[in-house]
Amino acid sequence: MLFLDKHRPRALENLDYHDGLSARLKALANSGDFPHLLVYGPSGAGKKTRIVATLRALFGPGVEKIKIDSRIFTTTSNRKLEFNIVASVYHLEITPSDVGNYDRVVVQSLLKEVAQTQQLDLNARQRFKVVVINEADQLSRDAQAALRRTMEKYSPNLRLILIANSTANIIAPIRSRTLLVRVAAPRHDEIVKVLTHVAELEMLESNPGLYRRIAEESGRNLRRALMMFESIYAQNDTITASMPIQPPDYDALIQTIADELLADHTPARILLVRPKLYDLLTHCITATTILKSLTFKLLMKVDDALKAEIVKWGAHYEHRLHVGSKVIFHLEAFVAKVLRILER
Amino acid sequence: MAAFFDIAARRAAAQAAAADAAPTTSRSKDTDRIVPWVEKYRPKSLLDVTAQDHTISVLRRTLQSANLPHMLFYGPPGTGKTSTILALAKELYGPELMKTRVLELNASDERGISIVREKVKNFARVAVSNPTSEQSKKYPCPPYKIIILDEADSMTQDAQSALRRTMETYSKITRFCLICNYVTRIIDPLASRCSKFRFKSLDEGSARERLVGIAEREEVKYEEGVVEALIRVSDGDLRKAITYLQSAAKLHNPITPSTKKDDEDDIMSGNEHAPPQSSTSSPKLDLAVPTTITVRSIEEIAGVIPTDTITTLISALELKPSSFKGISKIVSELVADGWSAGQVVLQLYQSLVFNDEVPSKAKNEIVMYFSEIDKRLADGSDEHLQILDLCLKISGILGRN
Ligand SMILES: Nc1ncnc2c1ncn2[C@@H]1O[C@H](COP(=O)(O)OP(=O)(O)O)[C@@H](O)[C@H]1O
Ligand SMILES: [Mg+2]
Repeated sequence: MLFLDKHRPRALENLDYHDGLSARLKALANSGDFPHLLVYGPSGAGKKTRIVATLRALFGPGVEKIKIDSRIFTTTSNRKLEFNIVASVYHLEITPSDVGNYDRVVVQSLLKEVAQTQQLDLNARQRFKVVVINEADQLSRDAQAALRRTMEKYSPNLRLILIANSTANIIAPIRSRTLLVRVAAPRHDEIVKVLTHVAELEMLESNPGLYRRIAEESGRNLRRALMMFESIYAQNDTITASMPIQPPDYDALIQTIADELLADHTPARILLVRPKLYDLLTHCITATTILKSLTFKLLMKVDDALKAEIVKWGAHYEHRLHVGSKVIFHLEAFVAKVLRILER
Repeated sequence: MAAFFDIAARRAAAQAAAADAAPTTSRSKDTDRIVPWVEKYRPKSLLDVTAQDHTISVLRRTLQSANLPHMLFYGPPGTGKTSTILALAKELYGPELMKTRVLELNASDERGISIVREKVKNFARVAVSNPTSEQSKKYPCPPYKIIILDEADSMTQDAQSALRRTMETYSKITRFCLICNYVTRIIDPLASRCSKFRFKSLDEGSARERLVGIAEREEVKYEEGVVEALIRVSDGDLRKAITYLQSAAKLHNPITPSTKKDDEDDIMSGNEHAPPQSSTSSPKLDLAVPTTITVRSIEEIAGVIPTDTITTLISALELKPSSFKGISKIVSELVADGWSAGQVVLQLYQSLVFNDEVPSKAKNEIVMYFSEIDKRLADGSDEHLQILDLCLKISGILGRN
């Protein structure tokens, strides 16, 4: 089992940072009146861990006994769809990317079912079930509208927890009907603390200097930091504060692209870079990740005078990715633009 | 029908309705908190609707002088539109008869006009049940039904024209009340069939009075400035303000004795600057929340970035010569702290565009970028890159001016 899962704190009391936030979640769980929540924050900030701990505070350890339910849903055109739903006796989980274009149907039928069913377990601590929606910002507008309707009709049997990276793509009526809970990414010292704790539990030789570098390298992403940490210990016998931290493969490839562009700005460079862009795309690295990461890697090495310009075009073409249809066009256009800027 | 125009009877009805609404004295906090306060404190009679005096008096006159026309209520969210029509219906029919005489449809609910038409048809077709003699004594009970179409401006033009026919077909036995935020989004042939009533944003005084009243009835403890903060963050939308107040009350619900100092005020946020704790065995925390609602907790619930944070960013943007490194670091932190890009952009806008020290020429350049970035964010662009771009552009402009 990965350290990530093995050492995931399970109770609110055991979470390693944002104590104030844990206290509030605990207060809500004990209030007898748990609201709908919209939990948002960058990825790797620990949103899911915090929610699972909150569920545990609401229902006890029983929520951790999860099973995969296979469910049949019927679309308006009477097609039958089968999806797997993660569930415990007390809660259900939906992830929009698992259900693709049918998120509205799934959201609607699941919520209806939960809202209309009373808790069967007489010993249950709450009379409601919780429906957790992961990646809620990926829900289609239709699905969000369906959600909104369920929220309006108050049901004592149902509470929603929406998890999202940002509130930007959540429609206003949902935002105004949920309690917004922001989960900031852990700061560097907080990541160091978590890593030190894990090292202790694994009886590994601790190295705060290295942990500090991992924290910085991870961009305040705890998931990424734990992965780097684990792979360093797996691959090396002796640990030093200055040892190299291996970036993920895709990241190394983007670094290569950046270096190639910086090394030689002749237009022919684009031919060298193109297959690498394709390579990244075929490995399911999103175009936004590529463009953003490339921009920041270039920023680390170009002259100060050029930086604003690089950001300008990075932001420009990143926007194009969302309104256009062929991502490769915009990635290449960005590369071409960068070469021209560097040429000056 | 006579009673319908009898103002005395209506007053009496209103009073009866208001009496219904009076709070019961024995009240268990536990079950009470479960009811959304916006519902619990929805004005129960027309007298109860605040800050819309003009509109309400015109509405009353309309009721007296003629048969009830179709109506169009428009105005920003949370200003009492839905409450007013519900209160009106209650005064017309009384709480019992109202159930069979009033149909509330959410236009964005069932977007197909065919569904709306079907529902209207079914509802209109059922003959009106006669009021009992007691009911007709207390309430005017006019012989038609009322159909409320909330959020009518989210209907397509086609659906709206189709609605026009439906309105005509059943005009003998039904009255429509369309509710919307933007009257300009209602097609003219539909709007011109209705008497229009404008609801304005609640003024501060009325909003404050309402909020203070609710806090008192709910026995909520709050520090000074909380009501003002609620008004500030909800810009005239009383529903929002009440919802925030209730959320804050839940958060500060005193269930565990407060052992932490009250100065810890960064509610619901991740970046409390607690000293790192030794990572010893668990459970290690005594989790307790202060029981008094703080201004900061209201802002946090509303997703508002602390003023200090914005001030730091602005000073970095004003620095000459500009420091890419400094700006980039602050932006990265804002993003990692999870603040929404829309909020960053909004607060930047407020502190730059309304700041007299920023020269007009610079403002004129800056506002164009706000437009551009808003559009890009609405298209789903990456928040980090876009905020950074905006900040660098602003810094460039301020540096030149
Ligand atoms: N003018 C008002 N007077 C009193 N309360 C109001 C008023 N406007 C809004 N409210 C409060 O806000 C809540 C929402 O009002 P509502 O009538 O649903 O707004 P709208 O339909 O205009 O969006 C109500 O429950 C009520 O508590
Ligand atoms: Mg309304």
